[in-house]
Amino acid sequence: MRPFDYQRARTLSDVASAAQQGAAIIAGGTNLLDLMKLEVMTPERLVDITRLDLKAIEETDDGGLRVGALVTNSDLAADMRVRTRWPVLAKALLSGASGQLRNKATTGGNLLQRTRCYYFYDTAMPCNKREPGSGCAAIGGFNRIHAILGASEKCIATHPSDMAVAMLALGAKVEITDRAGNDRTVSLDKFHLLPGDTPEKETVLEPGDLITGVVLPAPVQGRQIYRKVRDRASYAFALVSIAAVVDVKDEKIARADLAFGGLAHKPWRDAALETALVGKPVSEAAFDAAADILLKDAKPQGSNDFKIPLARRVLISVLKEATR
Amino acid sequence: MQTELKINGDKHVLDLDSRTTLLDVLRHHIGLTGTKKGCDHGQCGACTVIVNGRRINSCLTLACMHDGDEITTIEGLGTPDDLNPLQAAFVAHDGFQCGYCTPGQICSATAMLKEAKAGWPSHVTEDMASTPDLTDAEISERMSGNLCRCSAYPNIVDAIREVARGGKE
Amino acid sequence: MTRHLTMDEADTRRRLDDMVQGTLGTPFDRPDGPLKVTGTAPYAAEWQSADLCHGVLVRAPVTKGRLKAISDEAVKALPGVLAVVSGEKMLRNPAQGMANEAPVQGSEDIVYFGQPVALVVAETFEQARHGAQALKLEIERDEDFAIDPNAVEPEVPEDKQSSTGDLDTAMRDAAHSIDAVYTTPAHSSASMEPHASIAEWDGDSLTLHGSYQMLKFNRNELADSLGIDPKNVRILSPYVGGGFGSKLGIAPEAIAAALAAKELGRPVSVSMTRQQVFETTMRRSETRQRIRLAAGADGKLTGIGHEALVSSLFDEGFTEPVTQATPFLYRGENRVIGNSVARLNRTCAGSVRAPGEAVGVTAFENAMDELAEKVGIDPVELRRINIPDEVPSQNIRFSSHKLAEALDEGAKAFGWDKRNAKPGAVRDGEWQIGMGMSSAFRVNLLIESEARVTLKADGTAEVETDMTDIGTGTYAVLTQIAAEMLGLPPENVTVRLGDTEYPPASGSGGSFGAASSGTSVFLACEEIRERIADAVGCTETDLTLKDGMAIAGNRSTPLTKVLDGQNFEAKGHVKPGEAQKKVRQATYGAYFAEVAVNSVTGETRVRRMTGAFAAGRILNAKTARSQCIGGMVWGIGMALTEDLVHDPRYGQIVNHDLAEYHVAVNADVPQIDVILLDERDDWANPLQAKGLGELGICGAAAAVTNAIYNATGVRVRDYPATLDKVLAGNT
Repeated sequence: MRPFDYQRARTLSDVASAAQQGAAIIAGGTNLLDLMKLEVMTPERLVDITRLDLKAIEETDDGGLRVGALVTNSDLAADMRVRTRWPVLAKALLSGASGQLRNKATTGGNLLQRTRCYYFYDTAMPCNKREPGSGCAAIGGFNRIHAILGASEKCIATHPSDMAVAMLALGAKVEITDRAGNDRTVSLDKFHLLPGDTPEKETVLEPGDLITGVVLPAPVQGRQIYRKVRDRASYAFALVSIAAVVDVKDEKIARADLAFGGLAHKPWRDAALETALVGKPVSEAAFDAAADILLKDAKPQGSNDFKIPLARRVLISVLKEATR
Repeated sequence: MQTELKINGDKHVLDLDSRTTLLDVLRHHIGLTGTKKGCDHGQCGACTVIVNGRRINSCLTLACMHDGDEITTIEGLGTPDDLNPLQAAFVAHDGFQCGYCTPGQICSATAMLKEAKAGWPSHVTEDMASTPDLTDAEISERMSGNLCRCSAYPNIVDAIREVARGGKE
Repeated sequence: MTRHLTMDEADTRRRLDDMVQGTLGTPFDRPDGPLKVTGTAPYAAEWQSADLCHGVLVRAPVTKGRLKAISDEAVKALPGVLAVVSGEKMLRNPAQGMANEAPVQGSEDIVYFGQPVALVVAETFEQARHGAQALKLEIERDEDFAIDPNAVEPEVPEDKQSSTGDLDTAMRDAAHSIDAVYTTPAHSSASMEPHASIAEWDGDSLTLHGSYQMLKFNRNELADSLGIDPKNVRILSPYVGGGFGSKLGIAPEAIAAALAAKELGRPVSVSMTRQQVFETTMRRSETRQRIRLAAGADGKLTGIGHEALVSSLFDEGFTEPVTQATPFLYRGENRVIGNSVARLNRTCAGSVRAPGEAVGVTAFENAMDELAEKVGIDPVELRRINIPDEVPSQNIRFSSHKLAEALDEGAKAFGWDKRNAKPGAVRDGEWQIGMGMSSAFRVNLLIESEARVTLKADGTAEVETDMTDIGTGTYAVLTQIAAEMLGLPPENVTVRLGDTEYPPASGSGGSFGAASSGTSVFLACEEIRERIADAVGCTETDLTLKDGMAIAGNRSTPLTKVLDGQNFEAKGHVKPGEAQKKVRQATYGAYFAEVAVNSVTGETRVRRMTGAFAAGRILNAKTARSQCIGGMVWGIGMALTEDLVHDPRYGQIVNHDLAEYHVAVNADVPQIDVILLDERDDWANPLQAKGLGELGICGAAAAVTNAIYNATGVRVRDYPATLDKVLAGNT
């Protein structure tokens, strides 16, 4: 870990001024310190935002929920409003990491988790995300956990979050303050980026931007399911995960808000597949067609070939369960 | 970096390299080596301590971020001559072998029991809105952030179950 | 006085059965327990020293090459950095178990990715870590390396091949046969305590606080590596945070710490990072095993073929002994057994819990399951009818053989009779349910061991030996043996371990620790009993010791009175003899598992598991059970998740951390039933006890994968049975 200057922010403007000087933001630190220890990330300044007043979970006027950026994964999962009205989010949170990590990991930080790609983590390996232009060692290497959707020749990494997948299905918005103190809101489906030619750029955040919270819209009618498939029963990242909010009216699918983890560089949502489902009678054929749409451009990498049939099976199973 | 930590009730004022993790402060600066380093990356749970009532991985947090915090380590829970109920249950049920993950297991279980008492659900809780009973499956899931390579898991569950139910079975 | 024993014959006296203290065999709590649960047991890196500085190893970031130079000026200029150590004494890899001499040394020749080539020492760990990361190595890469075991011509050592009868004919004539290839991946011990050493010199004398399993060997390995007299080396390992074979031999961090401490004149602490533990300590070799079984219509075996390919680093003597137990598993006179080794530029292969049987018996027990189905008989019955009367083709009898009992007792306790033999026939919602079983086999060994026992004038006793307790329960069982023999309440016995100043023990490895070191304690106690008998005027066999009283005939005398202010001290010393050649000594068992396989995802959950084991006299019912559980959980890990992956292009270990090398977590493990059969093996040692630390893993994974087959009809012959492999066959 390289030496760095540490500064504790008392106000948002402390963050802004630290950001001016290139400080990286630390909150839970569960991923940043992990990466700093390996010198995968090497910030020269850290600004600690954990004492900022961003820990509230408040209901919004329109029946939604504003989750402060510093609300821990544990607190959010334990919140009875979340558990009763957005259970898919509670489930997703609880399927991630461990009790200890969830006590530290924050809402904002969870969105900014970096990939678990083995080669990103090993500084002896080329990685375009860690060192732009150096190449991608995961392509042609061992890539069991890697992307089958939306990857590029530069990067095939996946986003490891469970929380973000559920939030994406729920239509969450990210609240951001920039270094000038201006607020803006970005829909979560626009927040994360595909790798393209710049895999080092993972979100729309600009230097000095601070996530202040996430807003969940009011819950919609429908069954909420989070299903995570992984290599052991607990404490493992998703190979495939699906967050679903599905509603059936008159034996027809009235809503199918679906988000996927473990498949791409970002939590994945596919409007075409949802459109194809909505209005269709509940049937295997409709589910099959949806899986076809999801996977039509899927590109396997060798050790992750299984994700294509696995994603299909899990999607169909989730849809069956949701429409039962 | 001047940092004040309250560890097991004792105040410690330290001048630290900002890079120092809470774990390394305990082990290298204060001599509290009961808290173990198993992976240094939040992947094993051996370093679990309780900060302001919550269990965390002390390896993945900077000591300077805990200025003023109350920290409980394994040394704060009991002594060899005066084991607390969880510690005694771990001995009686052989909830360890080599003992290296054990302080982390016990700190984790201590805070976990409070989480359960507060009604927190877990990944294996069927109904998110319910207050789950602490079944064996619930204990196992909630303790899955603590690896034990000797694999004393069934005995760890036995020990925790006994304490959760208020005493010897 | 030292009582010696060379184990040439069976000891049928069964002296321990005559003892009346009543502590041996009981579920006695570990005496080290209170220290461990309070965090007060000091492990290697936890010795306090005011002047301590910290070292961090530097890895080679190439598969093969030559370290031409180290540009250390910049690192030496960093705040706090004290030294950069490298050179010809650095260890390439740890010593193999019982090597007793230095392993290959020198940091110049790089032969595997991650090889430790330097140590950066600084005042603090944080400074040393950054220094290690910043160190610039000038390396001449050599692209001519071998990393694929299937792409090189393997060595076929003559002494590792055997053939009797005519297997080809037996296969041709067989009513039923199996000819299948099974593969197991590399594994890591992944003990929870990373390898660590603190080295401290006093003149020419070195004290090393290390995390090691076999101190008498480690002392010689350390001395040889440094070029010093072993007399000047003291190693302390009173508590070891897990070993499983990975701490058998002296490892790179110890030598690096010693070199740095010498250079700086200060104690130096070096702990491996978790990634370094994966990359630079022993891995279990991956294996490719062709297994052939020829059987008659009744299922009786007429032929067995077991041919294995493993890999190792160049110039290493140890190779995974995959077929070690195969010669005596089952009947069948026609045999081909062989082991080949591919020399690769990969992390060194060495001992990981139950080298040989852990993977060899596992694959063999899969083949037996396949055969049972072909023959159309119950898998338990197939094993039972193939139990040999003696070691096939060798005219060597078994010292004891309890496989049949283990099969019966295990099957009964598990409820095996409720199994539906038809694959894929049982469902529970989305889950397919299946049951599987396998046998357990592990060779039994005795290793030279010595201990000192002192019965003190105050009526308490002390046991001293450089034996280690790596979680195995040594503190408990040696306490119990001494207490039983000397008639003392166990709280009046203190056991001191893990210090080369004490008499040299077997060390912990190969499941021989408890029986070997226990025998040395037993012998010392026998000697003391003779002295007590002399003092009270009876023969040793007429002497009864209980609760601190010496009872002879109708006279009962407090031991403190017998001792009359003296200490009775004796040493016990045992070494293996002809007994290991005259009979086949082994331990046996049977595993039964019920699994649920998700029909959508292919995920497998073990729902319950039962193991029945025979390992001679059980010294402590609690720690023995824990050892068996531990082994079976490793079996679950081997069956479902553990897979040390090497990069196909560079050969480095890709998943070199605990997030991506998946050992079982609590949620992967169900409640596990353990049945310990009553047994005395007179040929093993005077305790009639055999090893148990590894038996729990020697086939356990096969019970799980056989259950997956029963649940789904999918045979996964390529371990681990991850969901993708189950799904591929289960569409």
